[in-house]
Amino acid sequence: MQCDNIINTLAPCLVQSGWNGDLANFASIFLGVIILATFPLLVTIVLIWFERKFAARIQDRLGPNRVGPFGLLQPFADVIKLLGKEDITPAGADKLIYNIAPVMMVMSVLLIWAVVPLSPIHVGMDLEIGALYIISVASFGTLSVIFASWSSNNKYALLGAFRVVAQLISYEVPLALSLLIPVMLAGSMSLVDITQAQAGMWFIFVAPLSAILFFISSQAETGRAPFDLLEAESELVAGFNIEYSGMKFALFFAGEFMHVFTNGVLMAVLFAGGYIGFGGLENSIPLLGIVFLFLKASVFYMLSLLIRNAIPRVRIDQLMNFNWKFLVPVSIVNVVMMAFLLKVVQALGIAPTPELANDFVANIPQTLVLFAGNVVLGLLVMNTVSSRIRKERLQESANRAIVPMGAGD
Amino acid sequence: MNFGEGLTPEAFAFGLFTILTLGGALGVVTSLNLVRAAIWLMLTLFGIAGYFVLLSAPFLASVQVLVYIGAIGILFSFAVMLTRGMTNLKERFNDQWWLAGLAALTAFVLLMVGVIVPAFGNSGAPVSDQVTTTVDLGVALVSGNQYVLPFEVASLLLTAAMIGAIVIAREDD
Amino acid sequence: MVPLWMYLTVAAALFSIGMYGVLARRNAVAVLMGIELMLNAVNLNLIAFWRYLTPFNMSGQAFAAFVLVVAAAEVAVGLAIIIAVYRNRQSVEVEDVDMLKG
Repeated sequence: MQCDNIINTLAPCLVQSGWNGDLANFASIFLGVIILATFPLLVTIVLIWFERKFAARIQDRLGPNRVGPFGLLQPFADVIKLLGKEDITPAGADKLIYNIAPVMMVMSVLLIWAVVPLSPIHVGMDLEIGALYIISVASFGTLSVIFASWSSNNKYALLGAFRVVAQLISYEVPLALSLLIPVMLAGSMSLVDITQAQAGMWFIFVAPLSAILFFISSQAETGRAPFDLLEAESELVAGFNIEYSGMKFALFFAGEFMHVFTNGVLMAVLFAGGYIGFGGLENSIPLLGIVFLFLKASVFYMLSLLIRNAIPRVRIDQLMNFNWKFLVPVSIVNVVMMAFLLKVVQALGIAPTPELANDFVANIPQTLVLFAGNVVLGLLVMNTVSSRIRKERLQESANRAIVPMGAGD
Repeated sequence: MNFGEGLTPEAFAFGLFTILTLGGALGVVTSLNLVRAAIWLMLTLFGIAGYFVLLSAPFLASVQVLVYIGAIGILFSFAVMLTRGMTNLKERFNDQWWLAGLAALTAFVLLMVGVIVPAFGNSGAPVSDQVTTTVDLGVALVSGNQYVLPFEVASLLLTAAMIGAIVIAREDD
Repeated sequence: MVPLWMYLTVAAALFSIGMYGVLARRNAVAVLMGIELMLNAVNLNLIAFWRYLTPFNMSGQAFAAFVLVVAAAEVAVGLAIIIAVYRNRQSVEVEDVDMLKG
């Protein structure tokens, strides 16, 4: 009996016990969808505890330690508290849209998990256009912010939402452009193909600049610090979800945590080899693929937690400047440079031939060339930025030196 | 797979997307509250994306969701919010709405009777079950003897539209 | 599979509904929404014809992609114009914008 597809496994059992043929297929697909959708929700429960402990230890305090050993049952205490709150709908709010907005936010994250390859034989759906699907689904989260702010019938929510939507839409551009690099290197948009193309060399060594750009853009897409104007707990009276309380607020909250972990998973799949471990182990024990994937995702998740707890918030105009004047030009030049270098490598003949594509040693020359190209571009960018900043600083001190001479008499 | 006489899953999906699309379109043109109309529009566009998936064009379906729902839908919501203020005025129709309805109905009947039924009334299954893939679409868009020139012109058009929209909507300082 | 004329009927119905929206609505943004419906009906037509009659020639899909691009550009410029008009006249009803000089 085959085990890699839930239709092959469950449907024959149902048919044997008397179900109709395609009703059994439909029921087994439905069950598979439910299992795959519950997976990230269960992970979120652990994430709530982990994030609070991590943030607390960085800030030199203990974190949750009362509920259960080491505070491990804290998420359950949170859920019970939030479930017990009164379910308020503000007066004049558009009830249907008000209730749909948090659901759409969680939906936009869960839909990403449908294309992530969890192991060599387990994947929700091997879409031909997996990478493009991820970006399309991320736009649902932007929609949910608009729905939430408009239906709250609150001026401040609306104002907060304008800035948030501007941030979310702007950072989709470098996200999509840096997503192009793994697609180019693997020759296909399907996430399964991208993962299998990294059997020779992980893409984070081949294209480190793209990995950094993707990481920064995905942090801005979720609204994580330093781009967390979305929540800004200490500023604009909590932003677009000001009128949400109780379980609906919990949905927004949990959706954001899930989104950060999903970004870690995407970084692992696109740049760090996904389910590929060492020595081809995941081909003989496919469940180890899931373990490897989650280990790599946790590394990126912890990196984002570190950045969140250590760096202050940026202003909205600094955010927009950073995106349109720095990230977008760098990602465009990066795409052009990588395409050019790939062709150069093929012309020079040092690209690995198709039958040697999975060999580590055969990939090294190509990796060295592309890595060198990335490093050169990174140094160029840093030089440009630092020289411009130096010019501004010199100009500012020159201006300050002139003024006292003319003032006062 | 057959659920009954001829109700294949594909027919079921077609019916579902038809309800989404036509129901959403009716909601767009009859809704008095403009924000609701924008939401019906997004539902309609989602139905069209579903049709594209049924018709073996997954790339266009994804681009439809990304561009129409993720960008144009948000543009419409912003435009509705920025040109109304926070008052919930109910929009009204023209005085000649019945004439417009008559014109639309005439157009539909003319299209059906004049074009669709004579020319394609007895068309059935598609010509072939295999289709080209997304790779072929990519090749077609950049290959020298196919569509590279319209592709470049389209990118120029988008740049011009972007700059023009910013210039028009900017406040005069 | 679903016969071709069903897709064409849906596209024709969508086009007619969009036409009604353009002709019968007072608000300029609502008129633009009707135009979007018409453009989507055209796209559906193109892809249906491509799939059923010429699935090996990429013209259908490429053409639909270009229609999508042009529709996006048109919506952006149209909404910018509407916002500029609103700033001048405080109203976006198409019946109020009837004089050339402000």
